[in-house]
Amino acid sequence: MILGAIFMVLPLLIVLINALKSPADYSAHGPLSLPHGLHLDGLTDFWTRVNFGHTLLNSIVISGSVAVFGVVLSVLNAYAIGIGRIKGKAYFLAFFVLANVLPQEALVYPLYYLSKQVGLYDTRLSLIIVFSVVQAAFGTYLLSSVLGAFPKEIIEAARIDGANSWQILWRMVVPVSRPTLGVLLVFFFIWTWNEFLLPLVMLPSNDNQTVSVALGVLQGQRLMDATMTNAAGLLGALPAIVFFLLFQRTLTRGIAVGAVK
Amino acid sequence: MSARPLRLRNPYALYLIPGVIAFLAVVIVPFAMNIYFSFTHWQGVGSPTWAGLENYRELMKDSRFWESFRHSVAMVLAMAVIPTAVGLVVAAALFDFIGKHFGSKLASVLRACFYLPQVLPITVAGIVWSWILAPENGSLNELLKAVGLGSLQQDWLGDPKFALYSVMAVMVWVQLGFPVVIFMAGLQRVDPSLYEAAELDGTNWWQRFWHVTLPQIRPEIYVVMLWCTIAALKVFGAVYVLTKGGPADSTIVPSYFSFSTFFEKTDVGYGSAIATVLTLIILALTTVGLRFQTRSEDAQ
Repeated sequence: MILGAIFMVLPLLIVLINALKSPADYSAHGPLSLPHGLHLDGLTDFWTRVNFGHTLLNSIVISGSVAVFGVVLSVLNAYAIGIGRIKGKAYFLAFFVLANVLPQEALVYPLYYLSKQVGLYDTRLSLIIVFSVVQAAFGTYLLSSVLGAFPKEIIEAARIDGANSWQILWRMVVPVSRPTLGVLLVFFFIWTWNEFLLPLVMLPSNDNQTVSVALGVLQGQRLMDATMTNAAGLLGALPAIVFFLLFQRTLTRGIAVGAVK
Repeated sequence: MSARPLRLRNPYALYLIPGVIAFLAVVIVPFAMNIYFSFTHWQGVGSPTWAGLENYRELMKDSRFWESFRHSVAMVLAMAVIPTAVGLVVAAALFDFIGKHFGSKLASVLRACFYLPQVLPITVAGIVWSWILAPENGSLNELLKAVGLGSLQQDWLGDPKFALYSVMAVMVWVQLGFPVVIFMAGLQRVDPSLYEAAELDGTNWWQRFWHVTLPQIRPEIYVVMLWCTIAALKVFGAVYVLTKGGPADSTIVPSYFSFSTFFEKTDVGYGSAIATVLTLIILALTTVGLRFQTRSEDAQ
């Protein structure tokens, strides 16, 4: 079992040792030997070549905005379905589930076309709008069942005290469901960070590219030498790994909740 | 109860307005447009001309289309069936062997190792693996040479005989962590007295796995199989980064096929038809899968 776990992280360890080699070291000793001395040129070359700082910022802006807007949209939908128990809520829920499993291939050309029509093509805003909605489909589905189990007495009591539905939402429902909302925020952030097809199509210019797309496009061109390839792999993996270590608990708890609901 | 007469017109329906508008704009309208395009010939400029079912008739005769769906079956194997089967054994072993004998700290560190590929952008996995599998100086070939198996060296992603299997192997690596984490969470739900009783009866580890673990976490198994199958049918990024569907279409999948038809061949009508068929298959599978799942949960 421990061997299995080592096998899972082995590819990344190989990348780590090769990202720190000089090209000469690499060609002399091959990919499997440890680096002879520390060599950071591959990393800095790759960083400047794709303007990695800017790319990183794009990913942070897009994923962060999507996480916030996606959660707000999910909360509003789920409030109507889970607590308001509006008419036809089963149909609304089924609709959000299906919107969640819909392949993006069936939306990509119309979205590309429409975004050109309304002047949002190649803007980060277009992706923020699209992914907020796509992620909210899952958020609505998950939160509706969480809010469906929300204690009725609390809401009744607040209503008797004269609170309207808007106040109940922000002063009772949102604070009480904060743990679930946190899970959703983390998930929406990571999922959006890792998205590939829509950012590839909607953000063609280098200035707007996300980390995921910048790496994918470079890989397609195959213009990099081995040490720079490894530098790219390492720099691409680092933000995800940092985020993973920070939020490991939330994530593992979250996918369990998401799966069983 | 007392508030009921006041709720004739449900004020909560108002909260659905932003969601409904947003979904109309981003999901419903584009999806309807996609279906409309699939009945037309269109290059993406000018206006589409109505073609009726022509695109679909052509699809049925298109060997690339059938081949892409055959590869989807391979992806289901690599992303749903194998990860579920291996994930079950790994989760059970981590939970009741490592967890009990070496402490839950080690178990959760190992679980994190298995889950790590899941949080990486798929393009990172693509970069890492296409370099490892490279024909010249690739780590796998170097490793084979180092252990004296140099005759097994291959151009893993560049040879049509091996490319699909190589992509499948990478996808198993990418996907395995998801079932492991879900099954481990499911195992925490299982009543420990079931295992104690089985142990008193003198059963071995495999018997307990088969007769206690599997039936107890059946709901999780259904969920994982369903979501992983859907993910397998949608797989795009991995194929784009590893092989671009090649060599000689040996790794082409429906989503890559529709993408290249849209943006490289600019045959929007045909691409839309591919995307529509893919959507119908996924929606049918989801509906059947969810119904099957709720029924089996009700039966428990």
